Amino acid sequence: MGEEEKIKRRTRIQDVVHQMRKNKSAMFGLGLLMIIVVLCVGAPLFAPHDPHDVDLDRQLKPGFWSDDGLPGFYLGTDALGRDLLSRLFYGGRVTLSVGFVALGFAVGVGILMGVSAGYFGGIVDNIVMRIVDILFAYPALLLALVVAGTLGRGIDKAMLAIGIVYTPQMARVVRGAVLSIKETEYIEAEHAIGSSTWRIIFRHVLPNSMAPIIVYSTLMLATAILDAAALGFLGVGAQAPSPEWGLALSLSRKYLVTGAWWAATFPGIAILLSVISLNLLGDGLRDALDPRLKGGAKL
Amino acid sequence: MNLLEVNNLVKYFKVGGGLLKKPLINRAVDDVSFSIEEGETLGLVGESGCGKTTCGKTILKLYEPDAGHITFRGEDITLLKRQEMRKYRREMSIIYQDPFGSLDPRMTVGAIIAEPMEVHGMFSGKDKEEKVLEIMEKVGLTQEQMNRYPHEFSGGQRQRIGIARALAVDPDFIVADEPVSALDVSIQAQILNLMQDLQDEFGFTYLFVTHDLSVIKHICDRVAVMYVGKIVEMAPKKELFDNALHPYTEALMSAVPVPNPSLKRKEIVLKGDVPSTTHPPPGCRFHTRCMLAEEICSQQEPALENKGGDHLVACHFR
Repeated sequence: MGEEEKIKRRTRIQDVVHQMRKNKSAMFGLGLLMIIVVLCVGAPLFAPHDPHDVDLDRQLKPGFWSDDGLPGFYLGTDALGRDLLSRLFYGGRVTLSVGFVALGFAVGVGILMGVSAGYFGGIVDNIVMRIVDILFAYPALLLALVVAGTLGRGIDKAMLAIGIVYTPQMARVVRGAVLSIKETEYIEAEHAIGSSTWRIIFRHVLPNSMAPIIVYSTLMLATAILDAAALGFLGVGAQAPSPEWGLALSLSRKYLVTGAWWAATFPGIAILLSVISLNLLGDGLRDALDPRLKGGAKL
Repeated sequence: MNLLEVNNLVKYFKVGGGLLKKPLINRAVDDVSFSIEEGETLGLVGESGCGKTTCGKTILKLYEPDAGHITFRGEDITLLKRQEMRKYRREMSIIYQDPFGSLDPRMTVGAIIAEPMEVHGMFSGKDKEEKVLEIMEKVGLTQEQMNRYPHEFSGGQRQRIGIARALAVDPDFIVADEPVSALDVSIQAQILNLMQDLQDEFGFTYLFVTHDLSVIKHICDRVAVMYVGKIVEMAPKKELFDNALHPYTEALMSAVPVPNPSLKRKEIVLKGDVPSTTHPPPGCRFHTRCMLAEEICSQQEPALENKGGDHLVACHFR
């Protein structure tokens, strides 16, 4: 018994956490993401100013790096004299929520489509996957633009548009996972026991398909956020006066050459950091969840 | 009364094929008939790829049979739908060959064993837990192992979990699909003895699928020998080991290692490879490798005939 006591027993979740903690870049990504999310969610607590407080007397003032800056406006102001830092915090709420809601839609509908296609196969598989193929035929951003353009402007439409773009990708990931799990012997054993189809799907197939779904969700969230900003930038997503990052970038980009570089640069950096943090986290999760990689935990 | 009767069972699989290519037909189980008495252990022996596992799984309707009849306790279950099969699932279970792939890696041992009980609504709450512990004890697992995951166990221990799951519904009939072939030889005997003890205690009936004749010798009452999708010989164990009639069985017997190296015995080395079930030879399927083969063997398929004493063989010359 003594030997066994020394070896720490872990559940698979603990195993994955252990793997992740050893992965420095993944932990950096996770930390960065948490900071960004906390700052955005807690924007009213952290923002030094009202993000919609327009004051034309302080147009395009620089931030802490310059003597011309105004006290209390750490990252300077934008073209309408609004505090850039506060707008970044509030803008993140919009950009990130578009990303999250779009991803949630894609994961929900994608799982539904992927499971029905993968598990039931045959004609269901054919119909679902041909719809997916059609959606796949369009470049992602173009499809999002077309959908958003058709539905009209606004962030709710942008959420739906981006969600629709990522649904086929998620459906494929889920279908692939379900196909491989469905053929395993422990699923056959469930048939031998007499389990119902629903029980097999929800208690055995889906939980065992979670690893790729989690990994791809994280990586997709990064691109979904990028697309949210892109739609804002192109004018079909969030509308002024929203502090949305892509929109802010778009409206301030003309000042890049006139010397007020900060107005467009900081929203850009905010987008960059969010995407990087999610990519690092996603890569780390993939390593931790994929048992084929050496040292990875089995899930 | 026979617990299970299998008559002219056929299971073919389509292999490959496409838009312009006809699929090959894999005749995994081709016109197989046998019956098993209550409490008996029938061994189904044959080389890999001869269709013995498919036969076992088709009987449990894990594969849809293509023809023939499966009769369980006098009731024909061949054409029963999934839903109608459910009540029989309580009476029939399966023990798998691979103790690594047949247990859901995300479930604890306790949950795996409780699963069949939950599916059939047999026990609940405290009763269920007690029953799970009782079964775990029966198969040689300890109470503390209940909340562990399959990956924390060795092969032999996992096979015990698989056996516990098969016992959970209190079955009458168990298909054991090569239950020990994935295990170390030292563990094999433990598991075989466990299976035999459990049979003595609960009185269930085994269909024991294996390629290992020494396992057959250990646990079976009767033996059916399969070759390329067909049963070529079937006899009580002692009769088969003492007096094998089919040339294929003879060859198999001569290949069993014996502990005494100085013992002189007839050694039959078969020429050629086992034909694939996608391209079975015409006539007697064994004629391509048989030392007795004559012209008739490649033209006419021998029927499985009773040669007296419950000894059936399919050969033109025996």
